Amino acid sequence: MRILIVEDDRDAADYIARAFREVGHVADHAADGEEGLALAFEREYDVLVVDRMLPKRDGLSLIGELRGKKVETPVLILSALGQVDDRIKGLRAGGDDYLPKPYSFAELLARVEVLARRRGGREDMAYRVGDLELDRLSHRVSRGTEEIMLQPREFRLLEYLMKHAGQVVTRTMLLENVWDYHFDPQTNVIDVHISRLRSKIDKNFAQPLLHTIRGAGYMVRDPK
Amino acid sequence: MTQSDVAITPPEGLPAAKPTWLRRWRDRLFPADPAIGPQSQGYSAFGKILRTTAFKLTLVYLTVFALFAACLLGYFAWNTRRLITEQITRTVDVEIVWLAGQYEQGGIRRLASIVNARARRPGSSLYLITTFSGDGLTGNIASLGEGVMSRTGWSETIYRRIDDTEGSEHHALVQVFELSGGFRLLVGRDLDERERLYDIVIAAGQWSIALVIILGIAGGFFVARRVLRRVDAITETSRTIMAGDLSGRLPVSGADDELDRLGVNLNIMLERIEALMKGFKEVSDNIAHDLKTPLTRLRNRSEEALRTAKGEADYRAALEATIDESDELIRTFNALLMIARAESGSAAHLSDFDAAELVHGLGELYDPLADEKGLILKIDAEGAAQLRGNRELVTQALSNLVDNAIKYGRPVGMTTSGTPAEIVVKARTEGDYVLLSVADNGQGIAEGDRAHVVERFVRLERSRSEPGSGLGLSLVSAVARLHGGELRLEDNHPGLRAVLILPRGGPHLPTPAE
Repeated sequence: MRILIVEDDRDAADYIARAFREVGHVADHAADGEEGLALAFEREYDVLVVDRMLPKRDGLSLIGELRGKKVETPVLILSALGQVDDRIKGLRAGGDDYLPKPYSFAELLARVEVLARRRGGREDMAYRVGDLELDRLSHRVSRGTEEIMLQPREFRLLEYLMKHAGQVVTRTMLLENVWDYHFDPQTNVIDVHISRLRSKIDKNFAQPLLHTIRGAGYMVRDPK
Repeated sequence: MTQSDVAITPPEGLPAAKPTWLRRWRDRLFPADPAIGPQSQGYSAFGKILRTTAFKLTLVYLTVFALFAACLLGYFAWNTRRLITEQITRTVDVEIVWLAGQYEQGGIRRLASIVNARARRPGSSLYLITTFSGDGLTGNIASLGEGVMSRTGWSETIYRRIDDTEGSEHHALVQVFELSGGFRLLVGRDLDERERLYDIVIAAGQWSIALVIILGIAGGFFVARRVLRRVDAITETSRTIMAGDLSGRLPVSGADDELDRLGVNLNIMLERIEALMKGFKEVSDNIAHDLKTPLTRLRNRSEEALRTAKGEADYRAALEATIDESDELIRTFNALLMIARAESGSAAHLSDFDAAELVHGLGELYDPLADEKGLILKIDAEGAAQLRGNRELVTQALSNLVDNAIKYGRPVGMTTSGTPAEIVVKARTEGDYVLLSVADNGQGIAEGDRAHVVERFVRLERSRSEPGSGLGLSLVSAVARLHGGELRLEDNHPGLRAVLILPRGGPHLPTPAE
């Protein structure tokens, strides 16, 4: 995957770029808005990671310019401004996701990978991971021959995890996408929901499908 | 400070204001006194008074008044003069007509004798009859201005009376009438009286205007000094306030004038600033304490790992603990920022939403967690509870309350096998307010501690074992205030009931009365 990092803080940018390369991605770096814009037009990227406050041209204006020229590369906005209004502003300007600073690299990586994958734009009517099947039309879930009964929220949780099968999904991403909450629950409420879901889909089976990724989040993965 | 004070020392790069004649003279008369220093703008006390707005206004009013009075006086004088002239003209006219009549009837002899008799009376008019050759026949005029007798009609001239021993010249208004037979008759009146009256009026006017100006300047000076004294008192106080003593207040005289109103309002502002500064100081003290503690822990742990770690596993464990600790710090920091934003009112991104729906959603999110802790989470939110507010902040606040209830809502001595305790989350509309409450059956908070727990970083003794920043309730309280509502902590017999009271229409309604 090819990622462009537009960030004026050189240390932060180097750290992210290095981390992306370590997991096998290609990462370019632009230190200001103009350079970022030029690179984004010139080369083909899968995802742009753009800081909101940049010298020469700020992040939101950069995104506006790209979208105006019909460049639809997914953009993740990084910002020290973590408030609700700032996020809404960022998304309205054409950003696809918003991550307040400070963030963990695991969170950034998970979001970037989901963004890059989303670009395919294919929305399957049914997901299948190993012998676990989820039908989005009939809302039925089964594993092997056994039908699994899920609560509506558990269904949406599993749906999101299976949609991003093989990718790490963080707790915040779940809270935002499954519950549509943008706040920080003091306790890890998500963990309890996951463990309930796990008890339904994994408990009586030899091969676990729902994995906890330490320090990052969760992943549904085909054991093969 | 007045406008011209600013103009006297223009900032660098700006051209100096053009000095007016007034300023030039003022500066010449009352030169800047360098010994007084910059506080008084470098002018003597006298010069300072001249620079006050009150004094300048007095000058302007005075000028306008004096001009007006001068005009009025001029008009009055001119009119008086005109009236006197008219009077003279009419008298002379009547006399000439009568004298001409006498001439028609009795000839020159009769006219001459009448004129002769009249001219001798004291205070009489001026008379002169000349022959066709210009020689004087009779009258009381010794000499006349040149050519007066040669033209008929009205004219002003100098003359001398025959009986005038001093021989001084006087002014007169005269009419010359041509009689048949080449005789000319002059009748006139002395104008000295008119001039004297005119002079009296003008002189009186000048004196009164001069008096008005003197009194006006003195009055302006007095008023300016009075105002200046009060302004100086205000300046003095504000200077001590600027020096850091925020408890100082501006003097208010009690006269309820504009300076008092200004003082009262500035005092209210100072009150608010003092409260904010106090809050700010408290916060920074708290931050210093509560962020330093985990930072010290973080540092100690890293140091210990460097010193004692024996292998990769040890380092990994230490680093993971470090990351966890930093995450906790970041959460604390975010919570502080959010409180600060809510308190400054800058997080007011308002929308209309259904609080009942929000309660249901949160109930669903927290239900498994409560269940795991052996608590029953009950949602009581029938019907809609429409609310205008910041949805995210209200969600965060309510989730903090639910989170607290789950952490501390276990009844004392409860066993997991016993009857589970309840947490009831309610949403209902009452009049203009939406009430969101979270009630548990835990230990509750002692009445004396309730006001205390909403302060930042306050954690009661028994909560030390639970994770948390001590900011949860502070945030709830800040969110309530941002919306113009309040957070009430009540006894649930047993347990705690936290009620978030928010005005339905948004933050503009007054806080509900107790």
